[in-house]
Amino acid sequence: MAHRLLSGAMTSTDTNHPDTAPFLSLEAVRKTYPGVVALDRFSMEVRPGEVIGLVGENGAGKSTLMKILGGVTWPDSGTITVDGVAHDGLTVEQSIGSGIAFVHQELNLFENLDVAANIFFGREPLRAGPLKLVDRARLREMVAPLLKRVGANFSADAPVASLSLAQQQMVEIAKALSIRARLVILDEPTSSLPMAETEKLLDVIKGLKAQGISVIFISHRLHEIERVADRVVVLRDGTLAGTLAKDRINHDEMVRLMIGRMLKEREKAGEATRAPGSVALSADAIRTSTYPDRPVSLELRRAEILGLAGLVGSGRTELARVLFGIDERLGGSVTLDGKPLNVGSAADAVANGIFLVPEDRKLTGILLDLSIAQNISLPNLPAHARRSLVSAGAELATAEKQKKNLGIKAPSVLTRTGTLSGGNQQKVVLAKWLAMNPKVMILDEPTRGIDIGAKAEIYGLMRALADAGVAVLMISSDMEEVIGVSDRIAVMHEGQISGILDKEDFSQENVLLLAVGKKPKLLQAAGGVE
Amino acid sequence: MSKKDLGLLILILVVGAVVTAINPRFLSAINLANTSNLVALFGILSIGQAFVIITGGIELSVGSLIALLGTLFIDFIAVRELDWPLAFVVIIVLGAVIGFVHGWLITRLKLQPFVVTLCGLLIYRGVARFYTADGTAGFAFGQNFPTLEFLTAGRSYGLPNSFIALIVIAIVMWVVLHRSVFGRYLYAIGKNEEAAKYSGIRTGRIIIAAYVICGVLTALSAIYFAMYTRSISPASHGQFYELYAIAAAVLGGFSLRGGEGSLVGVILGTVLLQELQNLVNLLGIPSSLNFAVMGGVILIGVLVDQQWGVFRARRRMIEATRQNVAGAPAE
Repeated sequence: MAHRLLSGAMTSTDTNHPDTAPFLSLEAVRKTYPGVVALDRFSMEVRPGEVIGLVGENGAGKSTLMKILGGVTWPDSGTITVDGVAHDGLTVEQSIGSGIAFVHQELNLFENLDVAANIFFGREPLRAGPLKLVDRARLREMVAPLLKRVGANFSADAPVASLSLAQQQMVEIAKALSIRARLVILDEPTSSLPMAETEKLLDVIKGLKAQGISVIFISHRLHEIERVADRVVVLRDGTLAGTLAKDRINHDEMVRLMIGRMLKEREKAGEATRAPGSVALSADAIRTSTYPDRPVSLELRRAEILGLAGLVGSGRTELARVLFGIDERLGGSVTLDGKPLNVGSAADAVANGIFLVPEDRKLTGILLDLSIAQNISLPNLPAHARRSLVSAGAELATAEKQKKNLGIKAPSVLTRTGTLSGGNQQKVVLAKWLAMNPKVMILDEPTRGIDIGAKAEIYGLMRALADAGVAVLMISSDMEEVIGVSDRIAVMHEGQISGILDKEDFSQENVLLLAVGKKPKLLQAAGGVE
Repeated sequence: MSKKDLGLLILILVVGAVVTAINPRFLSAINLANTSNLVALFGILSIGQAFVIITGGIELSVGSLIALLGTLFIDFIAVRELDWPLAFVVIIVLGAVIGFVHGWLITRLKLQPFVVTLCGLLIYRGVARFYTADGTAGFAFGQNFPTLEFLTAGRSYGLPNSFIALIVIAIVMWVVLHRSVFGRYLYAIGKNEEAAKYSGIRTGRIIIAAYVICGVLTALSAIYFAMYTRSISPASHGQFYELYAIAAAVLGGFSLRGGEGSLVGVILGTVLLQELQNLVNLLGIPSSLNFAVMGGVILIGVLVDQQWGVFRARRRMIEATRQNVAGAPAE
C-alpha cells in the first residue's frame, strides 16, 4: 500500500468536476521495458464527460499508456481504478468490458463492406432459422441512432471505401459507441485529415462530451487540443510533466511542458538568410494522370522554401510524383537549371539531384527491414562500392556521419529502421538524400506524425538546405507549418495552382480561400495571383 | 552461416546418420558421387530459381525449359553436328533471352510472374514435343564428345566435375547475392519494391536481370541434364523440376514473398532433397512414394521452423509477464 500513499500526493487535484467520481484513475503507474523506463509515477484521472488532451513528444510514453489502458500490457506497479474498482492492471477483456474504446490512427475498417456491416461486424443481428442470415432491417435500426450520435452525414449502407477519412473515423467512433463506450481514446485522429475534415471530427468530440462520454484526445496538433480539451495532460520522458486546467491551456504552455523549455521560434524554420536565387526547377504546363486536363506550372527557386498547400486530393502529391519520375508526365515540359529535363523514372530524378521525401514514410520512404546504414546508402550504393562489391566500411562511414549530423537517435547505424520512432525514421529518409548532393528537394508532408522536437529539427534542416542553395518544395496540410516555414506559398485547388502567396500575404485565411478556389485578400491588388 | 542454415545442416547430417545406420551403402563412394552429381544438377537450377524468388517472383517454366533446351542441345550436336562449344553458347544465350522475355513481360507489361511462367511451362513443353515429333532426342551409336563428356559427366579427384562446377557457381553467386550492389538491390526490391523505386533504383532492370540469371543457370543445368541422361523424351524430361527448385529454396529459408534467403540455404535445401530421394532408394521404400516423402518432409520442416518462431515469441512474453508479477510486490 506504500505506493498508494506516496502517489496520493502527486495526483492532480485541480479538476472542473470536484463532485463527480472519476470514471478512470491511474495512480503511480510504472512500466519498464528492458533498459527503458517507459512510464514512471504516472497518475491521472478521467471524469465522465471530460475531454482530456494528451500530448507529449514521441517516446514520451503515450503509446505505453495506451497499451496499459487497452489491456495489452500490464504495468509493473501502480493502480488503475475503473468505476471505483481498483486493479493492478487491465486485461483486454476488462478494458473492453468497462467501456474503454480506441480509435487508432490507422483505421480498422473493411473498405469493401458498408457502414452498418462495419459497425456491427461479428455481432450482426441474425434472423431466426438455421441459416443464420443477417437481419438487415434490424441492423439498420441499430445503426441509425449511433450514426445520429456521431452526427454522421452519410447513410448506413454507404460503402466505407466511398467515405472520406473523417467520415471513416466517425464510423470507428460509432463502433465504439455500439459497445457502450464510456471512454473513447482517439490516437492522432487528425494527423491525416485535411483542414475541413478536422472541423467535423472536433465537432464529434464535442458531441461525445455532451453525451457524458469521456474522451482522451492524443494529437500533435496543439491548436486542436486548445479548442476541445477540458484539461491537458502532458507527458515527458515517461513522467507527468504537468496538467493544465481549461483556463491555462495554450500553445506555448503545452510546448514548454512537453520539451521542458520555451521554444524560441515556435514551429518555424527560421527566416531565410539570403534572397532566393535563380530558378532551379521549372515545370511548364505539366499534367498528371489524376487531373489530365489541368496543366500545372510552377517555378522552384534556389535557396527558397516553397510551401505547397491545398486540400487533400488537390493534386499536390501527384505533382510531386511526376516531378520525381514515379508517375508519367502527360504533357508540358520541365527544365532544370534552364536545361530541358526528361525524367522517366525516379532513378533519372535522383541522377539529376531531384530528391523526394515521400508522404508515406513506411511504405515508400524507407525499407523497414533494412538497417539505418543500408537505407542511407541505397540510392547511392555504387559510390559505396568497389568493383560492384559493397564496401561495408564506406557504408558505415557515411551512415555514422549522417547519424551524427541529423541527430538520429538509435543504438547503432546497424539498427533496423523499423524499430525507430517516426521522427527518427523521417531523419533516415532525409539522411539518404543529404548524403548526396540535392539540387531540388521535395518533401511531402515531412512532419506528419512526428513529435514537436523532431519537427523543429526537420524545419531547421529544410532551412539549412535552402541556405545552402537547394530549392525546397514542401507539401503540407498543416496550416501553421506552411505559414511558419515557407518563403512563398503555392496553393493547389482541384489539380491546378490557384495562387501563389508572397510572405506579406501569408495568412490562414488566404491559404484557405485559395485552397477552396476563391480569391485571397492581398495587400497589393496586383499580387501574385494568376 | 545463419542459424536457419545451421539447423538445416544438422538435419542433413542427422538424416544421413540414420540412413547410414540402416544401410551403410549410403556412404559408399559410388553412392556419394552419384548423389553429389544430382545435387550439382539440381543445385544449379535452384540457385537460378533463388534469384527470382528473392525478388518476390517465381519461375515455373524451369522444368519445361530443361526439356526444350536439352532437346535442342542434343539435336544441335548429334543431328545438326554443330561444334559443341558453339551449341553450348547458343543454348546459354537462348536461356538468357527467354529469361529476359519473362522479366520484360513481368516488369514492363505488369503481368504476374506466376502467370507468365505458367504459360512458359506449357509453351516450352509443347514446343519441345513438337520439335521431336514426340520422339526422343539422343545420340547415334558411337557418337562421342570426349571433352564435353568429361566436363559434364566426368570426374576429377573422385569428385564429379558437375559438382565442382556447382561449387564454383555457388561461390560466384554467393558473392553476387550477398556482397554486390546488385545483390543488395535484389534484397531491397524483395523487401519493398516501391520503396526501392523511391530510392532511385531501376527496379525493372534489376528484376529482369534476376530472370536472365535464372534463364542462364537453367540453360546450363539443361545441358548437364542432357549429358547425364544422354537421351531425352521431351514429354517427361525435367517434369516438376521447377518444384524441386522452389522446394529447395523454401527449405533453405527463402520466403516466397521475397527479400529473404541465403545462397547457402538453397544449396543445403537441394542437398536435403537429394538425400531424401536417395533415402527412398536405399531404404527400399517404394519409389512411388518418392514425392510423398519429399512433400511430407518439406511440410514438417516449414512447420517446425514456423512453430519454433511462435514458441520463442511466447516464451519471451511469459518471461516478461513473470518479471512483472515478481516485480510488483517488491515495489
